[in-house]
Amino acid sequence: MSRPSVIPGFGLSLGYAAFYASLIVFIPLAFLFAKAFTLTWAEFWQTVLDPQAIASYRLSLGAAFIGALINLVFGFIVAWVLVRYQFFGKKIVDALVDLPFALPTAVAGIALTSLYAPQGWVGQWLTPLGIKVAYTPLGVIVALTFIGLPFVVRTVQPVLEELEKEIEEAAASLGANRWHTFRRILLPALLPALLTGFALAFARAVGEYGSVVFISGNMPFRTEITPLLIVSKLEQYNYAGAAALAVVLLMFSFVLLLLINLLQHWSSKRAGA
Amino acid sequence: MLLKNLKKTLLILSLGFTAATQAQDVKLLNVSYDPTRELYVEFNKAFAEHWQKTEKQKVTISQSHGGSGKQARAVIDGLEADVVTLALAYDVDALYQEAKLIPEDWLSKLPNNSAPYTSTIVFLVRSGNPKKIKDWDDLVKPGVEVITPNPKTSGGARWNYLAAWAYAKQTQGSDEAAKEFVTKLFKNVPVLDSGARGSTTTFVQRGIGDVFLSWENEAFLALNELGKDKFEIVVPSLSILAEPSVAVVDKNVEKHGTRKVAEAYLKFLYTKTGQDIAGKNYYRPRDAEVAAKYADVFPEINLVTIDEAFGGWSKAQAEHFNDGGVFDQIYKPGAR
Repeated sequence: MSRPSVIPGFGLSLGYAAFYASLIVFIPLAFLFAKAFTLTWAEFWQTVLDPQAIASYRLSLGAAFIGALINLVFGFIVAWVLVRYQFFGKKIVDALVDLPFALPTAVAGIALTSLYAPQGWVGQWLTPLGIKVAYTPLGVIVALTFIGLPFVVRTVQPVLEELEKEIEEAAASLGANRWHTFRRILLPALLPALLTGFALAFARAVGEYGSVVFISGNMPFRTEITPLLIVSKLEQYNYAGAAALAVVLLMFSFVLLLLINLLQHWSSKRAGA
Repeated sequence: MLLKNLKKTLLILSLGFTAATQAQDVKLLNVSYDPTRELYVEFNKAFAEHWQKTEKQKVTISQSHGGSGKQARAVIDGLEADVVTLALAYDVDALYQEAKLIPEDWLSKLPNNSAPYTSTIVFLVRSGNPKKIKDWDDLVKPGVEVITPNPKTSGGARWNYLAAWAYAKQTQGSDEAAKEFVTKLFKNVPVLDSGARGSTTTFVQRGIGDVFLSWENEAFLALNELGKDKFEIVVPSLSILAEPSVAVVDKNVEKHGTRKVAEAYLKFLYTKTGQDIAGKNYYRPRDAEVAAKYADVFPEINLVTIDEAFGGWSKAQAEHFNDGGVFDQIYKPGAR
């Protein structure tokens, strides 16, 4: 850092970036932590290690993880179809992908619940098979998958567009079969984008409240997500307790995002080598 | 004599004021909870007309609606409400407890515990009442599904829970018996929505459950909107007197200079006009004369108050709904 960068305006832009990031992210988070630690350590641990809270982390993080995994696979396929094929109505499908971004989450939750409830369009066919979706953890996964889809598609899509078809042709002409081409040529190039998409979908899902509370049924210990517990603490005007749970969720997400970043770093280095 | 003097002073005062305030419009923000939307649309119109006529001043009233607890927190966090009209005294009391926005004795500032209209908890059942639900005892029978929101997140659901408790306590005598009764009842609850409107959707649109515990005014609205052929209201032998409380937010009216109109606004709720509007919107009027007019709408129920049965909201909240309270114990693993 001793030598000034060749790009001018470093000081100004760094200052701006720091200011903006503090204003939007750091200051609110700092307040959150400050609020959480108005509790004593004993109170803090008692709040965050409560069996009901632990059951809720398991559901919130587990369902977010599974939802993000589902999106990783199927979001990738959607992105692939949108980039590689021409078909009638493609623009419409492309626009549809963004809908979960735009839709108020409560609307999404109500719509999904009415589909998957025992008497709903989809639910009435699943119920005789013994599959219950609404008001079970499966319903939570469905909602979190729904809201996470655009993240994977929109991060993978541009990278896929940049990949030239000629590379695949070259691989094929050098004797690679399709699986080989996918594993050795496409996947390494796409992995960073896929990981980013996964991480975004996961992080978004961990904190999701609006859509989940309608489909989950909110039964303590079974289908109660952590954000609902946070709200129930707020209903008791227990701001510090609510902040404590939020801190736990944040830490889990932060660690996972950090791991994914490291993984990404490692994979892009390997791809570059 | 005193009255005469007072009148004179008021007259002089108002003369002095009219010159200064006539042109000046005044704004009020009423922060309320979800199901009062229709009630206050009508009431605001009536009050604005009344204020124009008596004070020659134009008053514009804005409304904000949402879950009662959420609304109280918004005011605590700085939403500058002139008056609050919330679902339960506990939420209004938080304005004192958390932020000292109102005085400690706010409850006695207006008549009837600062609750100008009341409601109660009734049962909404499907047409024909296929499960023959008549009273609270029927809700704990095996095979009956009960729909109520989660008392931890919904103010309305706390009334449901307390009504069930009050019934069991009165019929069976002890707190242990009441706890057992409520535990059994919640075993019959398949879905705990986070708010009252979510529960209505679950019961009405999703077709889940045999009986829906509802505010009386909400039950009437559901009946009107969805058709009287689909649902019926069942009135239990005993229920709880739900007293939605109102208060002037002192700190904010001082700041806005709106104390006079804010106080008049809430007092207007107690007038014949205000009471009549409450009755029309299915809230039980306090005024005996107005109540008589709506006697055929509201059936007589044996109603207990939260003060009699539970020693007030703070106590009820701490015992039953705070973390580790009786409601949490119902769901402790092993309890089910």
